[in-house]
Amino acid sequence: MIVYIVRRLMQAALVMVVMSILVFVGIYLIGDPVLMMISPDASELEREAVRKALHLDLPMWQQYLLFVNDALHGNFGKSFLAGQPAMGLIFERFPATLELAFMSLVISLALGLPMGVYAGLRPHAPGSKAIMTGSILGFSLPNFWVGLMLIMVFAVMLPDLIPGWPRLPASGRGATVDVLGVKLSFLTLDGLRHLLLPAITLSLYKGALIVRLARATAREVLPMDYVKFARAKGLSERRIVGVHVLKNIMIPIATVSGLEFGQTVAFAVVTETVFSWPGVGKLLIDSILLLDRPVVVAYLVIIVFFFVVLNLVVDLLYSVLDPRVRLESRAT
Amino acid sequence: MVKLGRRAAFAGALAFTGVAASGPSKAQSQELKIGIKTEPSSLDPQFHTLNPNIQVAQHFFDALVLQDENLKTKPGLALSWKTLDDTTWEFKLRPDVKFHDGSDFTAEDVVFTYERIPKVPNSPGPYTIYTRAMKSFEIVDPLTLRIHTNGPAPLLPLDLAALSILSKKAMQGPAPEGKTSAELNAGNGLVGTGPFKFVEWQRGSRIVGERNDNYWGGKPVWSKVILRPLSNNTARVAALLSGDVDMIEDPPTTDLAKLKNDPKIHLDRAVSNRVIYIHLDQHGEPSVGIPDTNGKNPLLDKRVREALSIAIDRKGIDDKIMEGVAVPAGDLLPYPMGGTRKDTAVDAYDPAKAKKLLADAGYPNGFHITLGAPNGRYINDLKIAQAVASMWSRIGVKTEVDAAAPPVFFKNRDSFKYSAYLAGWGASTGELSNALKALLATPDRPKGMGTTNSGRYSNKEMDAKLEQALVTNDDAEREGLLAEASKIAIQQDHGLIPIHFELSVWAMKKGLTYQGRADQNTLAIGVKPAA
Repeated sequence: MIVYIVRRLMQAALVMVVMSILVFVGIYLIGDPVLMMISPDASELEREAVRKALHLDLPMWQQYLLFVNDALHGNFGKSFLAGQPAMGLIFERFPATLELAFMSLVISLALGLPMGVYAGLRPHAPGSKAIMTGSILGFSLPNFWVGLMLIMVFAVMLPDLIPGWPRLPASGRGATVDVLGVKLSFLTLDGLRHLLLPAITLSLYKGALIVRLARATAREVLPMDYVKFARAKGLSERRIVGVHVLKNIMIPIATVSGLEFGQTVAFAVVTETVFSWPGVGKLLIDSILLLDRPVVVAYLVIIVFFFVVLNLVVDLLYSVLDPRVRLESRAT
Repeated sequence: MVKLGRRAAFAGALAFTGVAASGPSKAQSQELKIGIKTEPSSLDPQFHTLNPNIQVAQHFFDALVLQDENLKTKPGLALSWKTLDDTTWEFKLRPDVKFHDGSDFTAEDVVFTYERIPKVPNSPGPYTIYTRAMKSFEIVDPLTLRIHTNGPAPLLPLDLAALSILSKKAMQGPAPEGKTSAELNAGNGLVGTGPFKFVEWQRGSRIVGERNDNYWGGKPVWSKVILRPLSNNTARVAALLSGDVDMIEDPPTTDLAKLKNDPKIHLDRAVSNRVIYIHLDQHGEPSVGIPDTNGKNPLLDKRVREALSIAIDRKGIDDKIMEGVAVPAGDLLPYPMGGTRKDTAVDAYDPAKAKKLLADAGYPNGFHITLGAPNGRYINDLKIAQAVASMWSRIGVKTEVDAAAPPVFFKNRDSFKYSAYLAGWGASTGELSNALKALLATPDRPKGMGTTNSGRYSNKEMDAKLEQALVTNDDAEREGLLAEASKIAIQQDHGLIPIHFELSVWAMKKGLTYQGRADQNTLAIGVKPAA
C-alpha cells in the first residue's frame, strides 16, 4: 500500500518537472513579459532595470535553474505582476473555486443519481425518456451560453417581469465566513444565493454524465444473480435498490465524479469568467495573457499534484467500495 | 468577520424576499458599487504604472497636482507652483490637510514619497519614469517645497500628477522602502489624504472604501464605495442590468444600442486621450511585408503614405464598427489638449485621389502589404484592421491582416516584423510631447526618444522643434512648438496615420451621472446622483 502511494507520488513529481519545462519554454517563446507590464513611456534603461530585477535578462536555462532552486526551497517565485508569492495568490483564491466545484458536484449527484437510477429501473417509462433526452441537452449546451441564459432569466428578466420575484445575483461571491482562516461563502444565505447560478451552470454537464452512467450501470446490475437472489429472498424493493444495486453503481460513479471534480477545479475558467467568480481559473487566464510566468507555473504544478492525489483517492475509494479490488496488484 | 457575514446574510435575506429589490432606500443611495474592467495588480501606488492601479489609488490618495477631465492641471495637495529659475520649481502646499489617520500633511510626506519610488523592489513598471527629472528636494518650510531638476523640466507638474502622496508616519517600516508593497496590499500603511479611506481588498472580488468626512475637496456624496473587477464584457453588462452594481466602465460596443434604449440605464461618454493609428515602415529597403515591388519600399514615398491615409473611410469605421464610440482623428490627441490645434483637418476619404497618388508614385497597380494588428488590446482592434485592409485593397494595395495576441504582437512590432501595424497610444500627460516623443521622434532608445516608433519615421526638423519644446518652460510657447512639430510629422509628412480617438463610455443606473474623463479613469468622486 505504502509502496503504491510512494510510486504514484514519484510519477507525479516527474510530470511536474516535465510540465514546468514546457511552460517555461512556451512563455519564453511567446514574448517578453516586460513589454506587457511596463509603461510604454519607459526608456530602454528603465526596461533593462526591470528585466534585471525580475531576472529576465538571464538565458532561459539559468532562469529555469533559479526557479528549480527556489522551488526546492518551497518557493515558487513571486508573481511578476503582483510582486507577491505566486503560491499565496493561488491559495488565496482556491477556496472560492473548491467551493464552487464542490457545490456543483453535490447538485449533480443529488439530481443525477436518482434520475439515472430511476431511468435504469424503468427504462420505458415516459419519465425516463424525458430524463434521457434532457441529459443530451446537458451534454451539448456550451457552458458559457447556459451561464449567460441563467443570468438573463434569473437575474434580469424574471425579476423585471414579475414583481416580487427574488432576484439572484449575476456576479461575484457573496458574504463570507472565516473558518480556520479560510473564507467560505456557502455558510451564509447571501453566499448561497451567489453560488446558485454558477454551481448550476457547472453541474449541468456533470449531472448529465452521472444520469447516463447511473442508468447504464443500473441496467447492467439489475439482471445479476445477486439481485435475483435478493428478490428470491423476498427483500423489499427499497432494500434491493438502495443497498445492493446502489453499492455496485457507486464504483463508476465515484471514478467519474472524482475526475470530473478535478476537471471542474482546474478548468472552471469559463464559468468563473461569466459569473466574475473570484476563483483560480480567472487568475490563470489573466496570468497567461500577461505572461506572468511564476503564477502559471505554480498553478499548473498545484493542479498536477491535485489530479494525482484525486486519482489516488479514487483508487483508494475503490477498495472501500469493492473489496475485490486490491491496490497492490494494480501497482505492478 | 463573522459579524459582517451575518449582517450581509441578513441583507441577503431581505433581497431574497424582494424587499431590497423594490426600490432605492436611503442607505442604498449612499453606497456606490462600480464594476471595473481590470483589477489593480497592487495597491501600492508606487509599484506598477498601470491604469487600473492609478485609478484605484486616486480613490485613497491625492497628488500634488491633479488633472481635470481634459487632463489640464489643477491644484491638488499643492495650491500653486512656479519656476524660480530654469531648474527649480517651487510648490506651495495646501494647508490644514489631514491624512486618514488624523496626522498633518506636510512637505516631509512629499519628499518621503518621492524618495521611496526608486526603492520599491521588483516593480514591473517603475514610477521612476516620473522622477527622472528630479535632482534634489529642498523643504523651505512645512508648506513650501522646492524641487531641483537635472535640466529645464517644464512637464514636472504633469509628472507629479502621477505620484500619489503617502504618509511618512504610516509608511514607517524595517524595509528600505518603509512599508512594503505586500503590506500595502493588505491595507497596512495605506493611509492617504484622498476622498475615501481604505477598508478592504479581496483579490478578484472587491475593493472597498468608506467616505473621508474630512476630505479637503468637500465631503464625498458616497458613504461607501465598492469597486468590483468584472473583466468579462458580457458579465459586466449583466451585473449592471441585474442591479449587482450601480455603474460599469467600458460597456462593449455591441451592447451599446441595447443599453441606450433601456429606460433604466443612463450612458455618459467622453473623448479619450487614446488615438488608434497605423504606423508605416519608413526605415529602408526592402520592407518585410511588401513582397512584390522588386525590393523597393513604397512607404518611403510621402505620396504613398498620403494615399493610404485618404483611402481610409474613418467615418464609416466609427459608425459601423465602433458604434459611434470614436471620433475621426487628424492628430495624436483631441483638441483642446496641450499642443493640439483647433483647425487640424482630418484626412478626408478620397479613394480616387488615393489611386492617382499611387500612380504618381509609380505604383499604378498597387502592391501587396501585410498589416499587423493586436487582437484584444484596443476596442475592436482586429475589426478596424480588417476594415482598413479592405479599404486599402480597394485602391489596389492588396492588404492581408496579420493579427496576433497582444504579447506576440508587441514582440513582433518591437523587432520590426511589420511593414504596417495598427496600434494605440494614450498620452497620459494630456499634451502632445508625450505622444510625439514616443511615436514620431527619431528613435534613440537610451534617451527615451522614439521608444514606440517602430515605423522609424525620422525628420530632423520635427525632432528639433520637439526637443526645444521639452526645455521650454513657458506653456503657450511650448504648446506652439508642439503644434508645429505635429503638423510637420502628420499633416506634412504623413509619418503615421491617425484613425480615431476612442470615446470612453460609462453605463449607470438612471439617476446617476458621471463626468467622463479623457484618461478613461473611473473615479467614484466624479459620480453624482442627478439632481
